[in-house]
Amino acid sequence: MPSDPAEPLIWARGLCKRFGDLVAVDGIDFEVGRGEAFGFLGPNGAGKSSAMRMVACLSPLSGGSLRILGLDPARDGVRIRSRLGLVPQDDTLDLELTVRENLYIYGRYFDLPRKVIRERADQLLAFAQLTERADDKVEPLSGGMKRRLTIARALINEPELLLLDEPTTGLDPQARHLLWDRLWRLKQQGVTLVLTTHYMDEAEQLCDRLVVMDKGRIAAEGTPRQLIEQWSTKEVLELRFGPGEHEALAAKLGGLAERIEVLPDRLLLYVEDGDEALAGTHRRGLRPDSALVRRSTLEDVFLRLTGRRLVD
Amino acid sequence: MASAALRSLEYWAYQYRRTWRGTIASSFLSPVLYMAAMGLGLGSLVDRSGHGASLAGGGYLAFLAPGLLAATAMQTAATEATWPVMGAIKWVRTYHAMLATPLRVVDVLAGHLAWMALRLLLVSAIFLGVMAAFGTTPSPWALAALPAAALTGMAFAAPITAFAATRENDAGFSALFRFGIIPMFLFSGTFFPIGQLPAPLRPVAWVTPLWHGVALCRALDLGTATAGPALGHVAYLGAWAAAGTVLARRAFHHRLAR
Ligand SMILES: Nc1ncnc2c1ncn2[C@@H]1O[C@H](COP(=O)(O)OP(=O)(O)OP(=O)(O)O)[C@@H](O)[C@H]1O
Ligand SMILES: [Mg+2]
Repeated sequence: MPSDPAEPLIWARGLCKRFGDLVAVDGIDFEVGRGEAFGFLGPNGAGKSSAMRMVACLSPLSGGSLRILGLDPARDGVRIRSRLGLVPQDDTLDLELTVRENLYIYGRYFDLPRKVIRERADQLLAFAQLTERADDKVEPLSGGMKRRLTIARALINEPELLLLDEPTTGLDPQARHLLWDRLWRLKQQGVTLVLTTHYMDEAEQLCDRLVVMDKGRIAAEGTPRQLIEQWSTKEVLELRFGPGEHEALAAKLGGLAERIEVLPDRLLLYVEDGDEALAGTHRRGLRPDSALVRRSTLEDVFLRLTGRRLVD
Repeated sequence: MASAALRSLEYWAYQYRRTWRGTIASSFLSPVLYMAAMGLGLGSLVDRSGHGASLAGGGYLAFLAPGLLAATAMQTAATEATWPVMGAIKWVRTYHAMLATPLRVVDVLAGHLAWMALRLLLVSAIFLGVMAAFGTTPSPWALAALPAAALTGMAFAAPITAFAATRENDAGFSALFRFGIIPMFLFSGTFFPIGQLPAPLRPVAWVTPLWHGVALCRALDLGTATAGPALGHVAYLGAWAAAGTVLARRAFHHRLAR
């Protein structure tokens, strides 16, 4: 059944997930359109994976309604999953099988003919830059290679919708950039991406639109730019003083910034013009150990919304 | 959907290519060693004492071999239904990989149980081959001991799969072997008739599925089976396998779809 192109690929209203008394997802609403790259940004325990597992039809809803590709996950889980790709938070590769064998057996779960799998596997191996390792066991591969293999594997059924739960967590910067590049290409090819992350740079790089999640709820929604405009200032002045001085010094800086956040190791001044604020700091006779002017990021949005940092 | 269960079965067959040589070699070796040591070595003492012929027409070895066939099926089942199930949940996470595809929890379970049944058929076929080589398959009915041994195995595999799917780690498995599998192996009629047990213990032996498996395999192998008791054993073993499957299905849903 082809779904209506205008209809959202994912439509969620009042989505809930409970584990006993614990409320992991607490009534969230969101929609994802075809071709979009949509993100869930939030700290550990925010409920990102729980939400994603419901979207992947792996976990039954505790409440609310959900439509994926216009279908009901409770009734049509098999049909939905045949059109999805999932990159789970923890890899589920078979470390004893080779790279190619992992692709092959996963393709068989989708009932793809052997010949089709073989053709697609070659393309996917090239896409994931694993052609040279195709006949090696998975076990000794680097974290980045395993992650790329997991993504390649999730593409074996040519899904319309690719779900990625923390695709680059635990990888070094180079491996992350390589992965981002691959995901960017998929987006160019028209694959709808839904990803969770607790890296604001990842969200900024990849997501057209995102929701900021905290404690099972959606705290804000928008494009990365909208979120920053709405919840933060243009620039941020970061000041470091000696340990333990920050709280007291924040009071002396009153009036210089729209808002001041006191972190254990530095002060964040939310301002329109960072250099101007730094000059003002000096005029008040304060000599910070270091000072940095930067643009606002989603991290600042998160701090503003929740009073906490994304990654600690 | 039967074909979905077949695709889950295909994984187990696929990964078996890695280890089949080793497992087949040990499936040969273990009955050869047992039959040589217990059957020929110990058996010659039993037979010389004059008790062998009363156990089975062919002496102690003829008595022992079909019992070992059933007991080996039990041990194979217990091995296949513990660590591999835990691994597929927690270590390799194969079940999770499968469940992200069109396979459902019931397909994942059915495929794995079907794989255990195939393994049991293979191990039991090899065992029967060794028995034939030792001249302990006197009747053509011995062929029927093959499905009987596999059924005996499944009477263990299904409930143990259910048990394994409720465990957080493999600590319970050695207890299962120490307090369940090994005592059954020793005292459920494999090595001596349970009439030798102290009277209060005999009913305990009767309720173990292994005793029914041993009795069934032995009667078929020796060609002494009669319809009533044989069907009774089949029904009892089938009930364990069926109840175990129901429990395993519940445990899998609880564990994997939450
Ligand atoms: N299967 C489960 N059983 C019980 N509690 C669970 C289960 N899965 C998740 N939780 C709990 O639900 C809450 C949300 O967890 P979830 O994994 O969805 O968060 P997350 O945003 O993905 O976090 P992380 O960044 O650490 O992956 C946490 O408190 C977690 O302990
Ligand atoms: Mg998570």
